[in-house]
Amino acid sequence: MTTTADLGKHPADTTTPVLRARGLVKTFGRVVGLDGVDLDLYPGEVLAVIGDNGAGKSTLIKCLSGALVPDSGTLELEGRAVSFKRPQDARDAGIETVYQTLAVIPALDIASNLYLAREERRTGPLGSVLRMLDKKGMRDRAGSAMQDLGIQTVQNMQQAVETLSGGQRQAVAVARAAAFGSKVVILDEPTAALGVKESNQVLALIESLREKGLPVILISHNMPHVWQVADRIHIQRLAGRAGVITPQSHTMNDGVAIMTGAMTLEESEHGVHLTDKGEVTT
Amino acid sequence: MTTAPAAAPVARRRQTPLQRVQNVLHSRPAISPAVLLILTLVVFSLINPRFMSAPSMSTLVQQTVVVACLAVGQTLIILTAGIDLSVGAVAIMAMMFSASLASNHGVPALLALLIGLLVGTAAGAVNGLLVTRVNLPPFIVTLGTLSIFTAITLLYTKGQSVQGGNLPALLNWTGHSFSIGSFRITTGVFVVAAVYLAVGFALSQTAWGRHVYAVGDDPESARLSGIASKRVLLSVYVVAGLIYGIAAWVLIGRSGAASPNAIANANLESITAVVIGGTSLFGGRGGVLGTLLGALIVQSFSIGLSIAGVDQQYRLLAVGVLVIVAVSVDQWIRSVKA
Repeated sequence: MTTTADLGKHPADTTTPVLRARGLVKTFGRVVGLDGVDLDLYPGEVLAVIGDNGAGKSTLIKCLSGALVPDSGTLELEGRAVSFKRPQDARDAGIETVYQTLAVIPALDIASNLYLAREERRTGPLGSVLRMLDKKGMRDRAGSAMQDLGIQTVQNMQQAVETLSGGQRQAVAVARAAAFGSKVVILDEPTAALGVKESNQVLALIESLREKGLPVILISHNMPHVWQVADRIHIQRLAGRAGVITPQSHTMNDGVAIMTGAMTLEESEHGVHLTDKGEVTT
Repeated sequence: MTTAPAAAPVARRRQTPLQRVQNVLHSRPAISPAVLLILTLVVFSLINPRFMSAPSMSTLVQQTVVVACLAVGQTLIILTAGIDLSVGAVAIMAMMFSASLASNHGVPALLALLIGLLVGTAAGAVNGLLVTRVNLPPFIVTLGTLSIFTAITLLYTKGQSVQGGNLPALLNWTGHSFSIGSFRITTGVFVVAAVYLAVGFALSQTAWGRHVYAVGDDPESARLSGIASKRVLLSVYVVAGLIYGIAAWVLIGRSGAASPNAIANANLESITAVVIGGTSLFGGRGGVLGTLLGALIVQSFSIGLSIAGVDQQYRLLAVGVLVIVAVSVDQWIRSVKA
């Protein structure tokens, strides 16, 4: 694990990572979920996290988003040590997570979903005494938040989310994260439930997040998607970090080989490659 | 994975008229009970024009008012995908504490009234704590507290009623009536109207209202979105309890006395009003306007059938059919697709 750093280094590696995790450990009884994992997320990059089932992807992400509290290890956000006890702590610090289940409310409209638990009240006594919501203001800002991300398929912010397609729902969840995630956006399997066309729309969304300068952590099982949008790829294997590669330094086959343990990162760096039959050659 | 998206956008744009109706009903759940109420009123006044007269309309309002008030609390709880079987028991308990303290123990009327409201609120809090802290299903919690609250009331009152003559004026205030022409109206109606306005406002205009819908629709997503789901759920039961306390006050005025055996069917009648009013038993959809219409529909049947000279058992039959039709329509509306 200590030999991994060089290849995966961000081009501008003199900059401080936005998010830096060191030695994260998380156990569940006798099961080791994370065994001293490091993670670096640099400004403006898309960092993919890949790994087989049970490799510790979800556990890692949950530790970053406050859904789990690591047993040991440190987290730094923009160079300052932070610790999250609840998801709300991470959210308050500027880390927004789009869960695989999306966590949108089908019966509520798009604007209500974007502002859920962050509702804005009217100014004056209507807001402070009667606690009236600023519905129009939230609608307008929701509309421009969606437009900022180039989401054209949804125009009416008063449309109930349950009337939207899977890709549109994903877009609503991503727009919410982008609107409030001031520092980091974490996307958990955003294309898993989508068809080809809708997946491409979500990948375009991820690219527009990067253009806005928001760093993204993308968890995905879909290797072509990862190789299409990621700047760097963090490979989880057996509760640890097997390595960090880039789509330029490694082929998809090599990445999968490292992920499954058919090849180590060192081997891949010394010109070892995997044949289509899955055999290691030099 | 590769086949789905091609046909979808076309299907979304071209809706059949039926789908359009479904969509409108979906976004405005009070429309179906409104149409039904108008139909009911029209049909019964065609059968017998006396139905539309001021006396029978004011009877309709007077007879609806207590159930309509209880049904506001029931609506809140059903919006969170719960159910409250203890409504009647809570209201009777609140009423008997107020009435008995004021008439038998010399407690000042205002204090007795406030204690009644507090008893209702506390009972709601008990239900809410059992649902949110012990994680019991609302059906079981309120089935249990239905018996418990009833037993407490009977033990406290030893089964005795409080006669109207012994009640202080404040507790009877909701029964005061005045006439607009031949239309008689009680102050209790205004109290209940205020409850509807307040809860309707809170549900549609405040963050709390949105959170109630969100928790009812999908509690886990609501939690992940940053809503304190359990706190919202608890607040719903507490507010419902307070509303049952207010309903108890209205009930004293309406019946002119306080009997521990009053409104025996309040739980079923309030659920009926909510369901006919278009609020979904699955939570997250509906509102108090529909509930008011639902309560009026049930009473219209009662009065309309009796004016038409039809056996009252047909009312029971009609209400039963209505409930089943209302829930079926709700199922159909909820099947709305992108």
